[in-house]
Amino acid sequence: MAIAGGTTMVDLMRGGVLSPHSLVDISGLIELKSFSMVGPLLRFGALVPMAEAAENETLLRDYPALAQSLQQAASQQLRNVATLGGNLLQRTRCAYYRDGFSPCNKRVPGTGCSALDGYNREHAVLGGSDSCVAVYAGDWACALAAFDTDIELSSANGQRVLPLAAFFREPGGTPEIETALQPGEIVTAIRVAATPAGRRSTYLKVRDRQSYAFAVASAAVALVLDGDFVREARIALGGVATRPLRSREAEAQLVGRRLSAVSAREAGVAAFTAARTLNANGVKLRLGPRVVAEAIRIASGRRELA
Amino acid sequence: MESGPVMVRTTLSVNGTSHDLVVDGRTTLLDLLRETLHLTGAKVGCNQGTCGACTVLMDGKRMLSCLMLAVMASGRSVRTIEGIAPAGELHPLQAAFIEHDALQCGYCTPGQIMAAIACIEEGHVGSDAEIREYMSGNLCRCAAYPNIVAAIRSVAGS
Repeated sequence: MAIAGGTTMVDLMRGGVLSPHSLVDISGLIELKSFSMVGPLLRFGALVPMAEAAENETLLRDYPALAQSLQQAASQQLRNVATLGGNLLQRTRCAYYRDGFSPCNKRVPGTGCSALDGYNREHAVLGGSDSCVAVYAGDWACALAAFDTDIELSSANGQRVLPLAAFFREPGGTPEIETALQPGEIVTAIRVAATPAGRRSTYLKVRDRQSYAFAVASAAVALVLDGDFVREARIALGGVATRPLRSREAEAQLVGRRLSAVSAREAGVAAFTAARTLNANGVKLRLGPRVVAEAIRIASGRRELA
Repeated sequence: MESGPVMVRTTLSVNGTSHDLVVDGRTTLLDLLRETLHLTGAKVGCNQGTCGACTVLMDGKRMLSCLMLAVMASGRSVRTIEGIAPAGELHPLQAAFIEHDALQCGYCTPGQIMAAIACIEEGHVGSDAEIREYMSGNLCRCAAYPNIVAAIRSVAGS
């Protein structure tokens, strides 16, 4: 397996969750360490450290949702080492997956899912299956999901580009398959189509602690407004689903309408229409719609929505 | 197939001294510092990247030594708590931690100070709220947090 920043790999290897036969250190590939925001495409090299993008003034001004998603992730120690490409590939925080021995279809296919009837406060209300309900906990991918994002993959056979929604997989009956990454492939870049919606965007992360914790529920929102009229809405959910999830259902409640407290609330509710709770994660159903509505308000730039 | 340790040659600089070593490829930087180089200032807290007690500086940037393979630090320059001031002297932050009672058991303290050095150098000390946010990767079970913030504030200035 490839190793770059190593902040996921070393942790999971020590825990017996990942046991690669060998590691290839790709951290020296300088050509993957640059990013540009010029013209119609934002291009982030896969080996750019999270901290570098998080503190880029241009990114913060033109795509605050993207910069904020990085600023609110992990800690500065981790952000200095973890990479934009590697961060996409982070593994779930599910305690059963990470303990290295509990029945877990993701870690060892066919052994069952300990979370379904176990401790599942942090597990998914969207996108789960009878095989796996593990949450995708990352912020960066969630914010990227709100935009038109492609993942560039490279291997000895050449390069291919996948939309982010096709790159991340739902667990279905094969939770051990999390992404479209094939053996011999590495993520080399993340490409985001430039959009004026970026300027009016935000990433709202609600968690048990003020910092250094994963989201209980989060939302990335980007808007194009014409006065109070919503011309374009981009909404993605974090902390509640099995993969980064753009919510067309939520967006449909806003587009073509006057932005109001009512429409924002209806967008939040619509985002969770298909949600299914487990025995302990009802909090995500109470909190999630409110996080969406509040993120809409923040993105709009209004102190209050009428 | 029998498997055994893969020994790898690696060279890295620690506190200004170059070390040419042969290590098990699975050794973390933290274990190399503590067990091989006997620099026990960096602590094994959680050993999974969630507490910050293992924080050191690599090429001037703060990072978690428990989450890096030692061999991947090859060619890099590491600074630990043992190397922030000449022997017998205190770094201003060390003096500030003492003056502001910013420790109790002391276990998190080397990591706190290494993180604080970087926090100040990064410029993330504009307000106490910013200090708290950018020091959030360092846990203190003795809850010395207000005093840690005060110590950092006293060195960073206003």
